[in-house]
Amino acid sequence: MHALARLGEGRDLTMRSFPLLEVERLTKHFPVRAGVIPRTVGRVHAVDDVSFTLRRGETIGLVGESGCGKSTVGKTLLRLYDATSGTVKFEGKDVSEMNRAQVRELRKHIQIIFQDPFESLNARHTIGKILAEPFVIQKMGTAAERAQWVGELLNRVGLDVSASNRFPHEFSGGQRQRIGIARAIALSPKLIVCDEAVSALDVSVQSQVVNLLLSLQQEMSLALMFIAHDLAVVKHVSDRIAVMYLGEIVEMRDGEDIYRSPRHPYTKALISAIPVADPRNKSQRTILEGDVPSPINPPSGCRFHTRCQFATPKCSKYRPELEELPDGGLVKCLRWNEIN
Amino acid sequence: MTVLDVSGLSVSFDTDEGIVDVLDRVDFKIREGETHGIVGESGCGKSVTSLAIMGLLPKPSGRVTAGSIKFAGRDILKLSSTEMRSIRGDGISMIFQEPMAALNPVQRVGNQLLESLRTHRSDISTDKARAKCVEMLGHVGIPAPEQRLREYPHQLSGGMRQRVMIAMALVNVPDVLIADEPTTALDVTIQAQILELLKELQRDYGMAVIFITHDLAVIAEISDSVTVMYAGRVVERAPVLPLFDGPQHPYTKGLLGSIPSLAGEPKTDLTTIPGMVPTFFTMPSGCRFSNRCEHAQGRCSETVPSLETVQSSHGVACMRWRDLAKVAT
Ligand SMILES: Nc1ncnc2c1ncn2[C@@H]1O[C@H](COP(=O)(O)OP(=O)(O)O)[C@@H](O)[C@H]1O
Ligand SMILES: Nc1ncnc2c1ncn2[C@@H]1O[C@H](COP(=O)(O)OP(=O)(O)O)[C@@H](O)[C@H]1O
Ligand SMILES: [Mg+2]
Ligand SMILES: [Mg+2]
Repeated sequence: MHALARLGEGRDLTMRSFPLLEVERLTKHFPVRAGVIPRTVGRVHAVDDVSFTLRRGETIGLVGESGCGKSTVGKTLLRLYDATSGTVKFEGKDVSEMNRAQVRELRKHIQIIFQDPFESLNARHTIGKILAEPFVIQKMGTAAERAQWVGELLNRVGLDVSASNRFPHEFSGGQRQRIGIARAIALSPKLIVCDEAVSALDVSVQSQVVNLLLSLQQEMSLALMFIAHDLAVVKHVSDRIAVMYLGEIVEMRDGEDIYRSPRHPYTKALISAIPVADPRNKSQRTILEGDVPSPINPPSGCRFHTRCQFATPKCSKYRPELEELPDGGLVKCLRWNEIN
Repeated sequence: MTVLDVSGLSVSFDTDEGIVDVLDRVDFKIREGETHGIVGESGCGKSVTSLAIMGLLPKPSGRVTAGSIKFAGRDILKLSSTEMRSIRGDGISMIFQEPMAALNPVQRVGNQLLESLRTHRSDISTDKARAKCVEMLGHVGIPAPEQRLREYPHQLSGGMRQRVMIAMALVNVPDVLIADEPTTALDVTIQAQILELLKELQRDYGMAVIFITHDLAVIAEISDSVTVMYAGRVVERAPVLPLFDGPQHPYTKGLLGSIPSLAGEPKTDLTTIPGMVPTFFTMPSGCRFSNRCEHAQGRCSETVPSLETVQSSHGVACMRWRDLAKVAT
C-alpha cells in the first residue's frame, strides 16, 4: 500500500461517519447574455436538481451526451464553479461555505483530470517542475525530497524518471495522461474527478490508463467520479452509474443493473445505440430521433418527452421525481412501471 | 465486381526531420455495393490512404512513391488534375470527421449543395437542380429541407451537418463513398442515426463504401470486410465474421482485447498492448509491430512479413501466425 495513503486512512478515522461526498439538489445555471449592452436574456440549465452521495473508495460513473452537464457537476464539486442552488458537502462540510484557505485544502483532497491534462499546465515547464508544483504550493518537503517524490510518482504511473527533464510536447497522448494522473495523486487525494480523461486515447492505450487508474484506486482507496460519454468504459470502472440528460440525472443504478435492465427510456436508447464489437450482434436498435433540445429552454415536464417513444400527454405536463426501484436504484420517469 | 483496387500504395512526406514513409505497400480491393472497413489507431495512415485515393495529398510535401489505384479500369494516379476533378465528387466522394472543415461557413447550405451537383451536371436546369437538392436533403433525414437550404452550416447541429455532408457526397450518386471517421465526433445516439442512414442509402444507391474508423465496434456494425492497419502497413484483412471470430495478427487480437465490453466483468484488468506506436523515425525494422509484440522472435525484426493467406480471403502479415494458431488450438 502507498505510504501516503496509509497515513490518509488514519487521518480519516474521525470522519468515518460521513460519506465522502454528499450532493443535494445541486443546480447550476449559466446566464446567457446578448445585446450591445449585454444583459441576461436567458439561462442555460446546465445542471438541475442533481443529488447523489459517494462513499470512500467508491466509483460513480457519469454518462450522457455532450452538453448534458457532466463537466459542470465535476467542476462544481471542487468549487471551480459556484452552485446556483443546492449543496455539495465534502466530509460533512458545505463547500459553498468554505473560505479561501479551506477551498485550497479541499482541492488537495479532490483532484480533477481533463481530456488533455496539459491544457491547464504550463507548456514551458519541465515535467519535473509540473509534478513538484503541488508540493511547492502546499509547502511540503525540501527540493531534494520533492525531486525524489517526483521520481516515485513517475515510476508509479509507469514512466521513466528521465521524463522529469523533458517538456510536455515530447509526450504522446497516453503518456501525457499518465503525467496528469501522477500530478493528481501527488497529494494523496481522496477523490479524483476524471473528466473524459481517457476519451481521446486509442483503445490499446486507453486500456493501459484504465488499468492504471483501477490499481491506484485499490492502493490508495481513492474514490473516483468517472465522467465519459462511452458507457462501456464507464461501466468497466464504476460501482454505480448516473445517466444524465439535459442537466438531470434520469437514472442511477449499479453498473450491472443499469446495463442488464435499464429502466428509463433514455437509458434504454443510449445502451441500444452503443455498437458492440461483435458482427453477429447487430441488434435491433431503438434509434432516438432528432437532437437533444436546447438547455436554454428545456422541454416542460419530463425533459426527455420530446424524443421518448413512450411519452403520453402527462409527460409534458408533470415533472417526474427520482423514484426508488426495488433494487435500490433510482429512476426519473412517470411511466417506468407501466413500460417495463 | 471490383470497383476500386488499391495496390502497393506507398506514400511519403517531407518533414523538417526528414522523409517519412507513411504508407508502405497498402493493398485492398472493394467490390460493388460492399462496405469495406479500414481500422487502426491514430496515425496509422487511414486518412492518408483516403486522401491519396481522392488525389488530395498535401502538395508538395506528400507524394505517392509507388503503387496504383484502379477505378473503373484506369489507374487514377496517372490522371491529370482536370481528369481527377471530374472523378472527385462524381465517381468517388468523401465525407470527413468534422463536416465544418469541409463546409464553407459563409455560404448557405443550399448553395453548397447546388454547387456540388452542378460541378458535374452543368446541363441540369436551376429549378431541377434545386428540386434535386431538396429531395436529397429529405433523403438524408433532414426535416423541413426547403428551410434548411437557406441556413448556414453553423446553424445546424453536428448530426445535421454530417447529414448535409452526406447529401453533398451522394448527390451525384458516386460509385464509391469514402467515409473517414464520419461518426467519431458525434454522440452515440447520433452515431447510431448516421450509421443507420449510411446503410439505408447504400441499399438505395448501391454504392461501395470505404468506412474508416479507429473503433472496432463500429467496424463490426457496418462492414462486410475489413483491413486492419498498423504504422502504415496492412497487417490483416478478412471478411468481417472471420476477422472477429478468428483474428490472427497479434495486433488485431490486442486491439480486440483492449475494448472494454458492456457485458464484461467490471474492474478486471483490460488486455493492453504494451508501449505505444513508434514514430516513423524509431520504427523497428522487419515487422513494425515487433517491438510491442509478445510473440516476436529474432526473425520478426529482420524480415518484413508479407500478407499470407489464412483462408480464402483472410490474409495476415505475421511470420508467426501458423505457430500462434497452433498454440491457440
Ligand atoms: N462556463 C459556461 N458558461 C456558459 N455555459 C456553459 C458553461 N459551461 C458549460 N456550459 C453549458 O452548460 C451545459 C452543460 O455543459 P457541460 O457540463 O460541459 O456538459 P458535458 O460535460 O456533459 O458535455 C452546456 O449547454 C454548455 O454549453
Ligand atoms: N502533411 C503531413 N506531413 C507529414 N506527415 C504527415 C502529414 N499528414 C499525415 N502525416 C503523418 O502520416 C501518418 C498517418 O497519418 P493519418 O493518415 O492522418 O493517420 P490516421 O490513421 O490517424 O488517419 C501520421 O504519422 C502523420 O503524422
Ligand atoms: Mg464535458
Ligand atoms: Mg484520420
